[in-house]
Amino acid sequence: MMARKFERPDRNMKVVKPNSITFDMHEKNMTAHQLNPDTWVDSYADYLFNYAIARVSDTEIAKDLVQETFFAGLKSAKNYKGDAAERTWLIAILKRKVIDYYRKINSKKGKAEVRVNYSSNGDSDGDWIEEQVADPFSSFENDSLENEELGVAIYDCIAQLPQKQSLVFTMKTIRGMSTEDICNELDINPSNLWVMIHRARTTLMGCLNQNWFNL
Amino acid sequence: MISCEEAATICNKTQYKEASFSEKIQLKLHLLFCSTCAMFSKKNAKLTNLCQKANLQNLTEKEKLKMKQEIRKKI
Repeated sequence: MMARKFERPDRNMKVVKPNSITFDMHEKNMTAHQLNPDTWVDSYADYLFNYAIARVSDTEIAKDLVQETFFAGLKSAKNYKGDAAERTWLIAILKRKVIDYYRKINSKKGKAEVRVNYSSNGDSDGDWIEEQVADPFSSFENDSLENEELGVAIYDCIAQLPQKQSLVFTMKTIRGMSTEDICNELDINPSNLWVMIHRARTTLMGCLNQNWFNL
Repeated sequence: MISCEEAATICNKTQYKEASFSEKIQLKLHLLFCSTCAMFSKKNAKLTNLCQKANLQNLTEKEKLKMKQEIRKKI
């Protein structure tokens, strides 16, 4: 569709000059739809990585999936219509990649031999069903599920922070770097750092309050 | 007596276990009198708790650099 838009003014341009104005307009329209692959890694890698890790629970695989997502994004960049934000668009691709990944390992699994034993330590009997019933007092299963969603919610909120704040916050909170190291790396002074941390934390509190009710 | 702003900074520092002993005492004293800061402190601690619970993962700069290079190759 974009290509067609682009052709028309081009053709007209040969005929009359004033049309060059419309040409400019279309050109502006074009840039609005453009993607910036150069900034992808810095802006979205962590977010995508957390999204992936919540679903495949293996850092290496998650990393590969993110990389593949970027490649696929590059490949189909010309299909990007600008309807959605870059991030949403990349997440949509990543979702496909995760599904593909599970399809792949499932087809492999079919070839392997599956053994079902009552228990892993040899022959012993008991009431199988009774032992498989979920413990109503265990909050363990739900916890891990909630934590995955929580991670995505936090990254959603971090993504809304100004770039510098999110950088400082991730360095400090997620990577657990010392104040001194961060100050050296970003060339700021400690009081500057604490101001940024404070702003980031207040914004995050508000954001999580909306998206994650129990703060 | 410290101001609310100072209290907030110390409160943030305690989230990363970087407040000194005297700072902690000053903060505790301030929180006794200032309900706004007490509220902030409570929420701040909860945020720290959530961040820990979520077990956030992060790609290292090295890994990101590698990714960037791979992407550049494809362009």
